Amino acid sequence: MLLDVLGGFIQELRAAGIPVSMVEAIDAMEALRHTDLADRQQFKAALGATLVKNVRHHEAFDTAFEVYFALERPAPTDATADPTSSAASGGDRGQGGGDVEGLLDALVQALMDHDDAMVRAIARQAVERLAGMEPGRPVGGTYYLYRTLRQLDVDGLLAELIARAVAEAGGDLTDLEERLIREDFEARVDQLREEIKAEIRRRLVADRGREAVAKTVRKPLLEDTELMHAGRAQLLEIEDVIHPLTRKLAARLARRRRRRRDGRLDFRRTVRRSLSTGGVPLEPQFRAPKPVKPEIFLLCDISGSMATFARFTLQFVYAMSGQFSKLRAFAFIDALDEVTQYFEPGSDFAAALQAISTEAEVVWLDGHSDYGRSLEGFWTRYGGNLTPRSTVIITGDARSNYRDPQAEILGDIRDASRAVYWLNPEPRAYWDTGDSVMGRYARHCDATFEVRNLRQLEAFVEAVAEGVPPRRMLQPVSD
Amino acid sequence: MTATTDRTFATPGDVAGALEDVDYLPDARIAQVVFLAERLGKPVLVEGPAGVGKTELAKALATIHGRRLIRLQCYEGLDEAKALYEWNYKKQLLRIQADQGAEWQELEQDIFSEEFLLTRPLLEAITAPEPVVLLIDEVDRVEVETEALLLEVLSDLQVSIPELGTIPAVSSPLVILTSNNTRELSEALKRRCLFLHISYPTLDREKAIVLARVEGIDDHLAEQVARIVRTVRGHELKKPPSVSETLDWARTLLALGISDVTSEAVTDTLHVLLKYQTDIEKVARDLGSD
Repeated sequence: MLLDVLGGFIQELRAAGIPVSMVEAIDAMEALRHTDLADRQQFKAALGATLVKNVRHHEAFDTAFEVYFALERPAPTDATADPTSSAASGGDRGQGGGDVEGLLDALVQALMDHDDAMVRAIARQAVERLAGMEPGRPVGGTYYLYRTLRQLDVDGLLAELIARAVAEAGGDLTDLEERLIREDFEARVDQLREEIKAEIRRRLVADRGREAVAKTVRKPLLEDTELMHAGRAQLLEIEDVIHPLTRKLAARLARRRRRRRDGRLDFRRTVRRSLSTGGVPLEPQFRAPKPVKPEIFLLCDISGSMATFARFTLQFVYAMSGQFSKLRAFAFIDALDEVTQYFEPGSDFAAALQAISTEAEVVWLDGHSDYGRSLEGFWTRYGGNLTPRSTVIITGDARSNYRDPQAEILGDIRDASRAVYWLNPEPRAYWDTGDSVMGRYARHCDATFEVRNLRQLEAFVEAVAEGVPPRRMLQPVSD
Repeated sequence: MTATTDRTFATPGDVAGALEDVDYLPDARIAQVVFLAERLGKPVLVEGPAGVGKTELAKALATIHGRRLIRLQCYEGLDEAKALYEWNYKKQLLRIQADQGAEWQELEQDIFSEEFLLTRPLLEAITAPEPVVLLIDEVDRVEVETEALLLEVLSDLQVSIPELGTIPAVSSPLVILTSNNTRELSEALKRRCLFLHISYPTLDREKAIVLARVEGIDDHLAEQVARIVRTVRGHELKKPPSVSETLDWARTLLALGISDVTSEAVTDTLHVLLKYQTDIEKVARDLGSD
């Protein structure tokens, strides 16, 4: 029985993109022999340690675990008895099934007391009464979560908790103390949210079975999330991983660059080293090669639809700025402006973006993308700065709102520089549909790339920083 | 399977208890993974940001078992001469010179014997007569190719020396590898290990750590320290404060005689907690009194 479930669970992990090898599956079984299966935490830790070897996969693991090993029966006794009875003790309203107010009172009290067990019990009740779950509907539960949270009025709840805590502390608090209290309660409310989510999932699994639920809640791994369609929460998560990702990439590049053996012979060091072998130069020493760092001109479309993508590209490239000898950034919508000065070392990235959207002159007419005009602006104002060492990177969907694309200007830009690359966040299949003039620009690019997720972005930046010759990069980066 | 003089634990709870006795406060997951590592005889790969107690864990384990800690500090350019073994060529030369005219055959067998072998941490760990704790620190710093050196030791507990043959382990060491995750480790290495990610502790655990590690601190101050550190970590920082920085900060506050942390006190001592000027300014601006 356990073996079957574990098999299904591992299948699910693989389906979610986590590589689980045969050996690891066996290790997991072995580990379970030494694990107290009744202890859910232990059980989860054992599986986690043997099956998932990458932090970035932990979230997918957690989700799958919650589905596959949901507590099948939401322990009926405390689910029904506790919250209502305690609500009843606060008055006589808790008796009936649908009394939301009684539940809310009990919830506020439980959160104030930091009573985890009670919060959990109330979360169950809340889902029971407020989520309005209908059996058999093939949904992932987000809707139920939203519905439950809305009826509990979580924001209002938080405000009330904070007000109460402040009052309890005697009112007279410094900003710092107030802030700490607020964060305490935010953490507790987050926990409540998690409990509700878990309860919804439990019920979904009971209703529709593991496989079906796992399939609906399965999300692509962060590095495969579509940048253009990511939700707010996902965007924040992506932002969190960009930094470590670039650090890793930088370390990798630096290491490779240093190890490259194409330096010239260092005569002095070779002779000195030869003394220890009686004057025979056994180990020739080489001068460290001077790395040729590329010079980057980054042109980003920051109009509404492209803003998120531009943001990630800018962030990624700037985090890698140490890898380039020069890095200049330009933003455009229907006019183009240089934005390099906002990203000076030590400046805050979020603040820089804010400044760009308010200060840079990127709108000329109506705030709809005009690639032709923007390229023209770049060529006339900055074209003189391009040298055979410059790499020009343009990001955008090439949807120019049926305006003149002036593709021949891109040809001029290409002639003046080392290479021109175009990053397009749309799937290749959508290129040249509607007002997209990608094809006309592509003719003048050394290579075009579909960059829909972090993985593709990372691969592209790595190739550029490595100085891979344009011809070899023609192989488009893809899944 | 090994005749150990040290303790074996019956449950993860026992592991946790023993670790707590030496002032290392594990969460349930840490205790469980360590417990499994001992039961399955597998190495543990510990990953996480700097300063959350990865290396400390290995030291604490050595202490509770009363075992010797052998540490291999990894760095770029680490090779087998530094990690596994090396022939003591000076001694070999001396031997040859001292024995002018001896038969080569005889001499060769002589100078490639264990007497002329310099053991390096990995070999030392598996040939130690009593089980040890082997700490392979910051394994992400070595090149991918060098990782291969570790594989034989990690999976088969043996070292192959061409001149001597295969040297099997005398005792099985408890192996802890740490990584700051600056690069992806190879699948081959990961597959051989149990994986443990340690991130910043929860509020309660951090408070407990402060209480355990900082002498003379009271509950109130420890609580405040833990809560403020959580707030600070909530900012987008170049380098969020680690647990060791939390401890340094708590000690600083204590030394300054601050018993109740105000926002002035935070601003004044922030440089203990944060190491980048931009980070300090950012947090000071946000938490500052005015």
